[in-house]
Amino acid sequence: MDFFSALTNPDSLFLRQTLLVGLFSSVTFGIIGTYVISRRISYLAGAVSHSVLGGIGGVIWLKTLFQLEWLDPLYGALLAALLSAFIIGRFGSGRKKEEIMIGATWAIGMALGIIFMDMTPGYFDITSYLFGDILLVSVRDLKLIIVLDIVIILFFYRFYHIVTAICFDEEFARLRGLKVDLFYQLLLGLTAVSVVLLIRVVGIVMVIAMLTLPAATAGLYARTLSGMMLLAVIFSAIAIVGGIALSYSANLSSGPIIIVCAGVIYFVLAAIKGDKYSL
Amino acid sequence: MRSEMPIIRIKNLYFSYHDNPVLEDVNLEIDNGELASIVGPNGGGKTTLLKLILGLLKPQQGTIEIFNTTPEKARRKIGYMPQQTQLDPQFPISVLDVVLTGQIDRCGKGLTGGFPKAAAGIAQAALTEVGLGDFIQKSFNRLSGGQRQRVLIARALCTEPELLLLDEPTSNIDSRSEENLYETLARLNRKMTILLVSHDIGFVSQFVKSVICVNHQVIIHPTSQINGTIIKEIYGGDFNLIRHDHRCDHAGHSHHDPLSGNRKQL
Repeated sequence: MDFFSALTNPDSLFLRQTLLVGLFSSVTFGIIGTYVISRRISYLAGAVSHSVLGGIGGVIWLKTLFQLEWLDPLYGALLAALLSAFIIGRFGSGRKKEEIMIGATWAIGMALGIIFMDMTPGYFDITSYLFGDILLVSVRDLKLIIVLDIVIILFFYRFYHIVTAICFDEEFARLRGLKVDLFYQLLLGLTAVSVVLLIRVVGIVMVIAMLTLPAATAGLYARTLSGMMLLAVIFSAIAIVGGIALSYSANLSSGPIIIVCAGVIYFVLAAIKGDKYSL
Repeated sequence: MRSEMPIIRIKNLYFSYHDNPVLEDVNLEIDNGELASIVGPNGGGKTTLLKLILGLLKPQQGTIEIFNTTPEKARRKIGYMPQQTQLDPQFPISVLDVVLTGQIDRCGKGLTGGFPKAAAGIAQAALTEVGLGDFIQKSFNRLSGGQRQRVLIARALCTEPELLLLDEPTSNIDSRSEENLYETLARLNRKMTILLVSHDIGFVSQFVKSVICVNHQVIIHPTSQINGTIIKEIYGGDFNLIRHDHRCDHAGHSHHDPLSGNRKQL
């Protein structure tokens, strides 16, 4: 296969870097995805992800208006993600209110992003934000993803039992005196940061799929939460490496191919297994 | 430990969800060492009453004292078994890890955030108590409904409670397991006060000493006085009395009795 021969070619540093980005982001996709599935907050993650466009648009507008060269869209994206996660977490208590908050931040975030871009002179191609382009990921992004992986692994290692207790039965955890709301906010924040960094890989629209499909696939087999995380990392890595290889060989956009790979893996294995862990 | 000091003391309590009154003018005292059951129809406020006792809900009016303090402060002394419906039946977790969450407040002090050494022993003892000592490594999601129920009771026991609150412990289990369950509860009752919720008055009346009827209002009967009339009044006219082998006192009494809610005068 030309993909594998390209990988071993000493000149294709770039392709190897892309692959590393994919493998390291799998760690975040798998662990945060398992949390997202267990707490049933995939639509919350979707809202956080879409609101990011508002932050990116705002930063691009400010940057052009005041000629702030140092201003990176990443800062706007992080701010928007954390803000929307905070709004939903803080004001979205109760199922009905949460649904309204999710819908509102989702759509308003995107709308603001488009408005800011309209107000900014020049033309912007937002396709890479919406659908991701792993080939555009820089060395700095790779470093940030590795730092995020380390933070996430340390956090879930240290608080594993507490996270398990809260995911399994939040009310009981609260009755035992755990600071359930604090952990909820912390984990929402961590989810928001993850979403921002992972958008580079699969884009705003599809990041929700990588936070749900590998973890859901893992849920078909896992017997413990940690096992589910480990399996989700593996399934995520398979989808990303397979997706990069296919998109390289077939010369198609990487983001959508990765998502389709993750989807095919889930549906095929769920059909074989009988849909035990349905979303 | 059976003293006559009330550990639950509820006075003139009102609770409503939005504008729908659920509990009205509830007065209730549960003594230390009691084994009591809350019965009543669905939607009558049984679970709401438990959640008020746990401090998960706040009354609009009236007071609740548990162990002479607020429900929030008394929580650590209460072992609670919720209804299974609020749990994800497919959640990947072992039986041991479910039961260990009863000790979760004691974990996470060290750098590794693990459980203290004694926790596993307490969890094992709690599982043995409910007859599931051999299930420790099994997956929770592969158990039957009745086994899960007992695991959740073991989790409540693992908190080393002084008061055990059980919400519908008899749902999901057949009548033979039900008899076993009540034997277990009678044994546990020597060590702790037990308050359970059940919609099944026929069974509870054989085991518990007093029945607390909750249908918006709370009325307490010694079990000896449970009869068809009372049951009809609690549930409305259509209730089928399945078991006839418990004692009935034909004198009965009215649910509109002004002394209702005060057991001492019954």
